[in-house]
Amino acid sequence: MTRTALMALLSHWRRHKLQLATLLTGLALATALWSGVQAINAEARRSYDRAAATLGQDVLDRLTAPEGVTLDQFVALRRAGWQVSPVIEGRIRAGGTPLRILGIDPLTAPPQAGLTALAGDNDIIGDFLSTPGLLLVAPETAAQIGDADLPPTRIAPDVAPGTAVTDLATARRLLERQRLSYLLVASEQPLGLPPLSDIAELDRRTPDESTDLSELTDSFHLNLTAFGLLSFAVGLFIVQSAIGLAFEQRRQSFRTLRALGLSLRRLMVLLTAELAVFALLAGIAGLALGYGIAAALLPGVAGTLRGLYGASVAGTLAFDPAWAAAGLGITLAGTALAGAQALWRVARMPLLAPAQPRAWAMASARTLTAQAGGAVALLLTSAVLVWVGEGLIAAFACLGALLLGAALALPPLLIGALRIARPLARGPVGEWLLADGRQQVPALSLALMALLLALSANVGVGTMVGSFRTTFTAWLDQRLAAELYVTAPDEAAAARVRAAGDELADAVVPIWSVDVDLRGRPGSVYGIADDPLYRDNWPILEALPEVWDRVAAGTGAIVNEQLFRGTDMTLGAPLRMAEGWEVPVVGVYSDYGNPAPQAMIGSDALSRRYPDVPRLRFAVRTDPDQAAEVAAQLRERARLPDQGVVNQSEVKALSLRVFEQTFLVTGALNVLTLGVAGIAVLTSLLTLSGLRLPQLAPLWALGMRPRTLAALEVARTCLLALLTWALSLPVGLALAWVLLAKVNVEAFGWRLPMHLFPAQWIGLAGAALLAAGLACLWPAIRLTRLPPSRLLRVFAHDR
Amino acid sequence: MLDAHDLRKTYQTGDGSLTVLDGVSLSVARGESVALTGESGSGKSTLLHLLGCLDTPDGGRLSLDGSRIDDLDDAGRARLRRDRIGVVFQSLNLIPSLTVAQNLAFQARLAGRHDPDWQERLTRRLGLDGLGQRFPEQLSGGQQQRVAIGRAIANRPDLVLADEPTGNLDETTAARVRDLLLELVDETGAAFLMVTHSDVLAARLSRRLHLSGGRLA
Amino acid sequence: MIASVPAAILSAALAAVPAAVLAQGYAGLGAEADGDFAVPQQGAALAFPGDHLPHPDYRIEWWYLTAALSAADGTRYGVQWTLFRSALRPGSDTPGLPGDTRQVWMGHAAVTTPDAHLFDERLARGGVGQAGVTEPFEAWIDDWTMRSTAPADADPLDAITLTARGNRFAYDLALEATGPLVLHGDAGFSVKSPAGQASYYYSQPFYDVSGTLTLPEGDIEVTGSGWLDREWSSQPLSGDQEGWDWFSLSFESGAKLMGFGLRESDGGHFTSATWIAPDGTETAYGDGALRLTPGATAEVAGRTIPVEWRVELPDEGLDVTTTPLNPQAWMGTTFSYWEGPIAISGSHDGHGYLEMTGYE
Ligand SMILES: Nc1ncnc2c1ncn2[C@@H]1O[C@H](COP(=O)(O)OP(=O)(O)OP(=O)(O)O)[C@@H](O)[C@H]1O
Ligand SMILES: [Mg+2]
Repeated sequence: MTRTALMALLSHWRRHKLQLATLLTGLALATALWSGVQAINAEARRSYDRAAATLGQDVLDRLTAPEGVTLDQFVALRRAGWQVSPVIEGRIRAGGTPLRILGIDPLTAPPQAGLTALAGDNDIIGDFLSTPGLLLVAPETAAQIGDADLPPTRIAPDVAPGTAVTDLATARRLLERQRLSYLLVASEQPLGLPPLSDIAELDRRTPDESTDLSELTDSFHLNLTAFGLLSFAVGLFIVQSAIGLAFEQRRQSFRTLRALGLSLRRLMVLLTAELAVFALLAGIAGLALGYGIAAALLPGVAGTLRGLYGASVAGTLAFDPAWAAAGLGITLAGTALAGAQALWRVARMPLLAPAQPRAWAMASARTLTAQAGGAVALLLTSAVLVWVGEGLIAAFACLGALLLGAALALPPLLIGALRIARPLARGPVGEWLLADGRQQVPALSLALMALLLALSANVGVGTMVGSFRTTFTAWLDQRLAAELYVTAPDEAAAARVRAAGDELADAVVPIWSVDVDLRGRPGSVYGIADDPLYRDNWPILEALPEVWDRVAAGTGAIVNEQLFRGTDMTLGAPLRMAEGWEVPVVGVYSDYGNPAPQAMIGSDALSRRYPDVPRLRFAVRTDPDQAAEVAAQLRERARLPDQGVVNQSEVKALSLRVFEQTFLVTGALNVLTLGVAGIAVLTSLLTLSGLRLPQLAPLWALGMRPRTLAALEVARTCLLALLTWALSLPVGLALAWVLLAKVNVEAFGWRLPMHLFPAQWIGLAGAALLAAGLACLWPAIRLTRLPPSRLLRVFAHDR
Repeated sequence: MLDAHDLRKTYQTGDGSLTVLDGVSLSVARGESVALTGESGSGKSTLLHLLGCLDTPDGGRLSLDGSRIDDLDDAGRARLRRDRIGVVFQSLNLIPSLTVAQNLAFQARLAGRHDPDWQERLTRRLGLDGLGQRFPEQLSGGQQQRVAIGRAIANRPDLVLADEPTGNLDETTAARVRDLLLELVDETGAAFLMVTHSDVLAARLSRRLHLSGGRLA
Repeated sequence: MIASVPAAILSAALAAVPAAVLAQGYAGLGAEADGDFAVPQQGAALAFPGDHLPHPDYRIEWWYLTAALSAADGTRYGVQWTLFRSALRPGSDTPGLPGDTRQVWMGHAAVTTPDAHLFDERLARGGVGQAGVTEPFEAWIDDWTMRSTAPADADPLDAITLTARGNRFAYDLALEATGPLVLHGDAGFSVKSPAGQASYYYSQPFYDVSGTLTLPEGDIEVTGSGWLDREWSSQPLSGDQEGWDWFSLSFESGAKLMGFGLRESDGGHFTSATWIAPDGTETAYGDGALRLTPGATAEVAGRTIPVEWRVELPDEGLDVTTTPLNPQAWMGTTFSYWEGPIAISGSHDGHGYLEMTGYE
C-alpha cells in the first residue's frame, strides 16, 4: 500500500516537471545564499582565531631614535634579553606606483602577514634570507609592479595591497638605508630584564589608536548574516508557492488514496518524507552553489576586513563538514516551514470535500484582511522597537519586523492601488487589465513579496552605502584639510620641521595630544591652534555659539561624536580633562572610524595643564600642486623617515579605495538577491500560465489576438513590478534609516546623515522591470505560440 | 450571408490523423436560424469553430456577405470575431475578473459599438437586474449563461453561434434560457446557428442540419 | 588623528605565524644532504678545543645540555639548554647584515618540575651577532649563554656557566666536570643507520651542577648532575627513520650510559650505546646490543607517547625501567619533541634524561 501510494504521489512530479524544478531551484537557491554567507563568516572567524593572539601588532610599542636604530643597538637589546624585532620601512617607486617596503626579521618578528607564503618550503626560506631576496606581495600588487627591476616576488594574499614584505637585508638594500626604522617590542617580556635605558638610548612609543577587532567585525558579519537570512527568506517564498500549488493540485489524489484506505497519518508521513528527500537533494546542490558563491565572494570580504579593520582573513575557502551539516539542517527547517501550511491543510481536509481544484491561492477577502492585520501588527512592532529597542539585536529585529510587515502589506496595498487606478482605465481592455491584475495579485503575491524584499534591501543598502560614501568623502575633505601631515620622531626633528616648514609652506599648525581618561574610557585630548584649518573645515555636527572662540580661549572643549553619544552628553555639560580641570563641552564633531573618545581644546590651555608633552605632529598648509615637492623637501631638511610625512591626497585615495572594497560584497549580495527574486517571479508565472488559460480564452474568443494578450500579460506583470517597486521605496528608506540611525550607532558609535539617491531608485525601477519583464517573457511567448485548439479546449464539454 | 463550401478539417492525433470534416458545405441567410445536430464526436463543435473564425479549415472556402474569410490572417479573424460574431459556449464564457455589467458590455465596447440603452434593455430582458456588480463566480450556472447570451447579443452581431448553450443546465432553466436566446436573436435579425442534442429545440428553428461521417445530411 | 581607517590599513600588513615556517628547517633532518654540505668521515680524529666550535660546512649541529637536579627539600627538577645551528647553505656568515644568511640559530630552554614544564625558544640569523659560538668558549643566543670558566690550560668545557630566561622562568647554573670528554661510536664517529648515515658525537657527562632556578613561585637553590652532548652532521637520519628515543643515564655506581634507538618505519629500532665507566672509559655497542622497550604511555599534546621504558644492555648486566619526573615534558616549540628528566630503577638506580622525537 505504501509503495503504491508513494508511486501515485510521485507520479504528480513526473507530469509537472516544471513545478518540481521550481521547488528544487527555490530550495537550492535559498540554501546557496544562506550557506554561502555562513561559509564566509566561518572562514573569517577561523582567521580571527588564528590571528587573535597576534593581531594588535599595530599596538605593539616601538623603539625609535631620531636618526634611526642601529643594528648594534638591536643586538645589544637582544643580548640583554629584550624581545625586540627590527623593522625597516620605506617607500620606493615600482612600475610607476609607490610600493611600501616592509623589511622584517622573520626569525624574531611577531606573527606577520605574508610569511605563511613561505611555510613548508625550505628553499624559499633560504631565498627569502639571502640575495637577491624575495618580495611577498598581494596578487594585485604583483600585477602592478609587473617587471620592475626588483627582487623576485611571491604571492601572499594576506599582505595588504601596495606593500611588499621582505627580509630586513633586502629592504635595506632596496631603500638604501643603513639604519633600522624602529624595533617592535613584544608585549610579553622575560623575567627580570634590565631597564631599556641602560642598554640603548631609544624612545619607546605606544601607538595611540587601537581597535577592538571583534566588536567592529561583528557588526560587519551581522550585516552579512542578515543579508543571508533575507536571501533565504526570498528563496523560501519560491518554495512555499511551489509546495502550495503541488498540494492543491493533488487534492484529488489525496482524497482518492484516503478513500482507498490509506490512513491520514501514513499519508502525512509519506508527504513529509517526500519533502525531506527534496530538501536533501536541493540542499546538497545548494551547498555546492553556496560554496561557489562563498569562494567567489571571499577575496572581496577578505579585502574589506583587511582594509577596514586590519583583520587578516585568508582569501581561500576551506571545506567544513559542520558547515555543510548546518546548511542541510537549515534547508530542512526552511522546507518544514514552507510546507507546514500545506501539510496542515491536508491534515484538516475532510474525506468527502469537493475534490475539484479550487482556484489556487485565490485570496478570499478574509485572507487579505488577515494579511493586512498581520502587516499592521508587524509594522507597529517595528516602530515600537525603533523607539524603545536597545542594542544590535533589537535593531535587527526591528528590521525583520519592518521587512516582513511590508511583505504582508504588499497584496492588500497592491489591490488597493489597482482599485484606486480604476477610474484611470480607458476602454474595456484597460479595465480588464486592472481587474485581472487585481485578481492575479494573490496568486503572484509570494513572488512579488520576494521582489519587494529584494528591492527594499537594494534601496536600503544602496542608500546606506551612498550616504556613507557621501559623508565619508566630505568628512575626509574636512578632516584632511591640510595638504601634508608630518610626524617628527623627537623634539629636535620637530624644531627642524617648524623651521623648514616656515620657509617652505604657508603654515605649520602643530597637532598634539595627551592621553587622558575621558568619562572613564581611555581617550585623548588634542591641543589645537586657533587656525582657519579648524575654523573653516572642521566637521562640526552641533555647537554652541562662538564655539571656536571658546575653544581657543580654553573655556570650552569640543568632543567627538563617539564620546558625545556614548555617554549621553549634552552641550554645556562639564568634561574633566585633568585633575581639577573641567570645561564645558561646546561642540561635537564627527570622527568616523575611531572607536576611542576624543576631545579638543585650545593649545595654550592644554599646555598649561600638560607642559611637558612634546609636540611632534604638524599639519602643513601649502599649495596643493606643490605638496609633493614640499613633502620631499621637508623629509630631507628635517631628516624625517619616509612615513614621517604623509600626503593628504594619498591618504584620501587609499581610504576611498578601502571604502569601495568594503561594500563590494554587499553589492554582490544585492544583485544576487534581486536575481533570486526574479527567479521567484518567473517560476510563479510559469506555474500560473497553465491556470491562466480559462481566463484568457474568452477574451481570445471575443476577438483579441494572442499577441495582444501576451503583450497585456507582460504589461500587467510589469505594472505589478512597478507598483511593488513604488512600495519598496518607503520600505527601503525606512530600512536605510534604521541602518544609519540605529544599527550604525549601536555598532560604531556614530550616526550618519541620510542622503537620498533618486537616480539609484530609477535604476532599480529599471532593474525591477527588467527582472519582471524577463520573467514573464517566456510565459508570454508560449502564449503567442498556443494553437487555437488548445484555447478552444477550454470551452469543450468534457472539460 | 454565411457561405461555406467544401470545408475540411483534419486533426493530428497521437495515432495518425483524424478527418473530422470531409467537405461540408452550407449557407445561412440573415434572420435564418439553423440547428446543427449529430452524434457526440461527429464534429459539430469543430464546424462551429470554423464558422466562427475561431479555427482555420484545412480546405474549402468560407465567406461572409460574399467576401472570403477563410484566408484572413490572425488579426483579420480576430477583428471579425470582435465586430460581427457573437459566440455562446456551453460554459466558462465569462471573464472571471470582470463584473457582470462589464462582461455584458465587453465585446460591444471592444468593437466600439456600446449602446447603454440597449444594454440596459438586455439586462432587464435577461433578468439580470441588480446583478451587474457581481462577479461571474458569484452567479448560478443559468445566470452565467444568460450573461453570456447577453454579451453575444449586446454587440448586435451579424452572426450568432451557440454550442450547446444550455447543456450544463437543468431542464427548466435550460428551457427558459433557450427561449430568451431565440427571442433575442430574432429581434436582432442575426443569422443564427446552434449546436444542440435536443430534437425539440431543433424543431423550433428554421432549419436543421445533421452532421455524420464528416458531411452534412 | 587621521582616523583608524588609514591606521588600520597600515597595520593590516601585519599578522600570522613566522616561526612555523622555520619548523621546516629542523623537521627536514632526514632530508638528503645537499651535495654542498660536508659529510662525516670514519677515522677523522676529533681535536679539542677546536671541535667545541661550530662546523658551518655541516648542515646541523647542537650544543645540548641536560641536568637532573634536586633542591634541599628533595624536590627533583630538570633543566635543558640547547643551541641548534641549522645551515641554509654551507659556510660561515659574513658579520653584519649582508643579506646572505647561511646559518640560522635556534635556542631551546626548559625547566621541568614534578607538576610543570616551562620552556621557551629563541631564533636568530647568523652574522648579526645575536647568536653564535666563539672563542674563548661561549655559546649564546640573545641572553642565553653557555660560557667557559675553565682555567686556560684545561679543556674549556671543564667548567661552564649556563643561563637562560623565559617569560616565566630563568636559571643560572655553574657546572664543573669531574671526568673526561667521552667519544661515542668509533672515536666520535656515530653511526645512525644500517645504510651508514652518521654524525660526529661526543659528550661531557661528568658535570656537577649547582645554582639557582627562578620559577613563578620564587628562587630555588639546586644541585645535581649535568650532561653535555655535542653532535654535528649533515643527514643524521635515513629516509625510513621516523624519530629517535635517546637516553642519558647516570647510575649511583658512578657509571653512565648513553643509548639511543632510531625508530624505523617498519617498527624496528636501530640502537647504539656507549657504556661509560666511572673513570670515563667508554665501551661502544653497535646495533642490537641495547634493547629499548616502550612501556606505559601518556597523552601528551594530543599524542600518545611512551613515557616509561625498559632499557636493557645485557653485556653490562643492565636491566632498568625509567619513569618520567613529569610525563608532560613536551617542548611545544617550533620543532616539537618530548624532553625531560627521568628516574631509573631495576638492576641499577639513578637519574637521567630522556628525549623522544618524531611522535606525530
Ligand atoms: N484539438 C483536437 N485534436 C485532436 N482531435 C480533436 C481535437 N478537437 C476535437 N477532436 C476530435 O475531433 C472529433 C470531433 O470533435 P468535436 O468536439 O467537434 O465533436 P462534437 O460533435 O462537438 O462532440 P460533442 O457532441 O461531444 O461535443 C472528436 O473525435 C474529437 O475527439
Ligand atoms: Mg461539441
